[in-house]
Amino acid sequence: MNLFADAFAWLASPEQHTGGDAIAVRLGEHLLYSAIAVLISAAIAVPIGYVIGHTGRGKQVAVAFSGAARALPSLGLLTLLTLFVGIGQAPMAATIVFVVLGVPSVLAGTYAGVEAVDERVVDAARAMGMTEWQILWRVEAPIGLPLLIGGLRSATLQIVSTAVLAAYVGLGGLGTYILRGINLNDYVQMLGGAIVIVALALVLDAAFSLTAWLAESTTRHRPGNAAKPAVVSHTHPQEGTS
Amino acid sequence: MTWLSRNIDLVLELTLEHLWLSLLPIVAGLIIAIPLGQLAWRQQWLRGPMLSLVGLLYTIPSLALFVLLPPILGIGYLSRANLIVALTIYAVALMTRFASDAFASVDSHVRQAAVAMGYDGWRRFWAVDLPLAGPVLLAGLRVVAVSTVSLVTVGVLVGIRSLGFLFTDGLQRNIPVEILTGIVMTVVTALALDALLVLLGRWLMPWSRDGRGRVAARRRRSPRAAVAR
Amino acid sequence: MTLPPQRRRALDRGSVRMSGAVTAATSLVLLAACGGSSDPLDTGAGEEPADASTVVVGSQAYYSNEIIAEIYAQALEVDGFEVERQFQIGQRDSYLAAMESGEVDLIPEYSGNLLQFYDAETEARSPDDVAAALPEALPEGLTVLNRAEAQDADSYNVTAAFSQENGITSLADLASYDGEITVGGNIELESRPYGPDGLAEFYGVEVEFVAIGDSGGPLTKDAIRGGDITMGDIYTADPDLASGDFVTLEDPESMILAQNVVPLADAEIAEDIAGVLDPISAVLTTEDLIAMNARSVSEQLDSATIASEWLAENGLN
Repeated sequence: MNLFADAFAWLASPEQHTGGDAIAVRLGEHLLYSAIAVLISAAIAVPIGYVIGHTGRGKQVAVAFSGAARALPSLGLLTLLTLFVGIGQAPMAATIVFVVLGVPSVLAGTYAGVEAVDERVVDAARAMGMTEWQILWRVEAPIGLPLLIGGLRSATLQIVSTAVLAAYVGLGGLGTYILRGINLNDYVQMLGGAIVIVALALVLDAAFSLTAWLAESTTRHRPGNAAKPAVVSHTHPQEGTS
Repeated sequence: MTWLSRNIDLVLELTLEHLWLSLLPIVAGLIIAIPLGQLAWRQQWLRGPMLSLVGLLYTIPSLALFVLLPPILGIGYLSRANLIVALTIYAVALMTRFASDAFASVDSHVRQAAVAMGYDGWRRFWAVDLPLAGPVLLAGLRVVAVSTVSLVTVGVLVGIRSLGFLFTDGLQRNIPVEILTGIVMTVVTALALDALLVLLGRWLMPWSRDGRGRVAARRRRSPRAAVAR
Repeated sequence: MTLPPQRRRALDRGSVRMSGAVTAATSLVLLAACGGSSDPLDTGAGEEPADASTVVVGSQAYYSNEIIAEIYAQALEVDGFEVERQFQIGQRDSYLAAMESGEVDLIPEYSGNLLQFYDAETEARSPDDVAAALPEALPEGLTVLNRAEAQDADSYNVTAAFSQENGITSLADLASYDGEITVGGNIELESRPYGPDGLAEFYGVEVEFVAIGDSGGPLTKDAIRGGDITMGDIYTADPDLASGDFVTLEDPESMILAQNVVPLADAEIAEDIAGVLDPISAVLTTEDLIAMNARSVSEQLDSATIASEWLAENGLN
């Protein structure tokens, strides 16, 4: 595992910590693109997810859309969009691609969270005279929060992973090391970049786990928190790689 | 559209190549994940660590994995084996979670009935566990299939020809139709494979209408669905 | 448990089919893993070709290079060689590694960049000097055949407007330019001797580098036109350079070496294929390259068609 030792030496060398190509700079670019894309994904997908989860309508459409979105090759989408809007607008093109990838996970997490609420709880709320809006806001949203966070987690990991490709259209980010490493046949540089990305993903993953745990422990005392395990796990596999 | 009419052979050739590159990881992923999923389900203490581990594998960006594997496995940098192994790793990573859920979803009463009827472990696996886990396995396999087909395209950045070639080539030559064709054919290939899996599922599991049974059952139980309507 | 007989039969039938399917799938994977030669997945260049007379022709991930590779491949086929195409193998570092390991036997190269790859300190600049220095510099087992007159070199390009406004027609003029200079090019340009370091060393120009991964394609040109970068690396056989939009900056210090198209080959087969490739190199000109590239970009023809028509025009088919 000499290669890994070299990669850690590369990570530690002062060259990697100064100038425009410093790891901190690339990490900052990577996080910025990812954060913007996750926020936009959430802004689009959470309201739609609540509507689907609450009314039970449109789920088939959402599932079909998610399937098609998963089939979309991010590299192709990125090159096509960048070609259309021009390199000056490349950040916009990249953001659109990341959002397209992020929306399905958040959507699935949101509606699965609402759906997982025990029907008896909803019926009880309705019997108590709550409006549909109140049911959504005061019953379904809090109870569904852990699954929503799970969806956000998947979307974030997927986007962070895909943002590696941003370097291909001149946007920098941590993918710079990997793409340059590939083109220069420089395994050490590439491995160093990969280690940073994996570490970033792990930290984010842990942060989401913690948030989900906190959210769950605050809702646990509520009656009928019936998050079905099968549904939980089905939102996970949308995280990931590109 | 000039490009498409002049390069239809190339598109078909790349689609076929793409399909071949996708199939092996999907199938291998399923076969490897089934015993892993069984293990995770049988040894509950293993489930957490195992699923964390495969989740971890899945966070490795594909681009990194493509270049990481050759020196570790001693395979050729440009060989398709490289891409296939990398995608198999992702397929296993995705599929193991589904498989462990799938075996957990088998009604323990049914399993006990099988034991009472004298089924030994091996026979019970084939006659009871596997068929009853089938619908959830199929759901997982569909996710794996679609994402594998999409991931194959990234291989072009390390010189492995697939529909992804149309992205980099179309970009250099400034032919948007070429890139668009690549995207459309990737999606079509993925959805075709998905449809094939649904049909295969119906044939293999005649008792379950492509996994919809569970959803329908849940809906029937749900008084809210009726209220909402 | 009690199941209605009909459902039970379905379950039985399904589980038999399922066992069959899993067995079939497992055999497929084992078959592919063990690799019979009939297996479609096993044609990867990772292995030595079973037939020693098979020539694996590679190309860069650059459409123009693929056209030349296709010319080589077709000419070899006409002469009776078995040819396997392994095109679009990334950039120099990747495919040269593949050449050295024997995965690829032949690839069209550009003399100067090839020389500089193995000998970064080289003083050679002219086509003749570069050609003379190459055999020494190449690693054991690799050799070059005769070079063509055709050249396709990296070049730095600014907009015509920028050139006029600032009176800049040469890289040497950049030293007196006050503004910030950003350079766009393929991601590996940053580490090349003719990249940012070369500009500083030869011309005393400090530049910011922006990686754009399209090999001097539309994104790079767009970035120059739109002012996102001051200048971009475009290859000299690019048909768009004749559009009048760009001014290619002269390189009086010869920072960029002569870049004649030259076949780089496995030394073991060089003698066998020289008879086929030398006549190609004898007639291939830069104008031919530009014309073929233009056909690829504007007529959107595939490389095989462009190559076979060029071979026919030159009576080489």
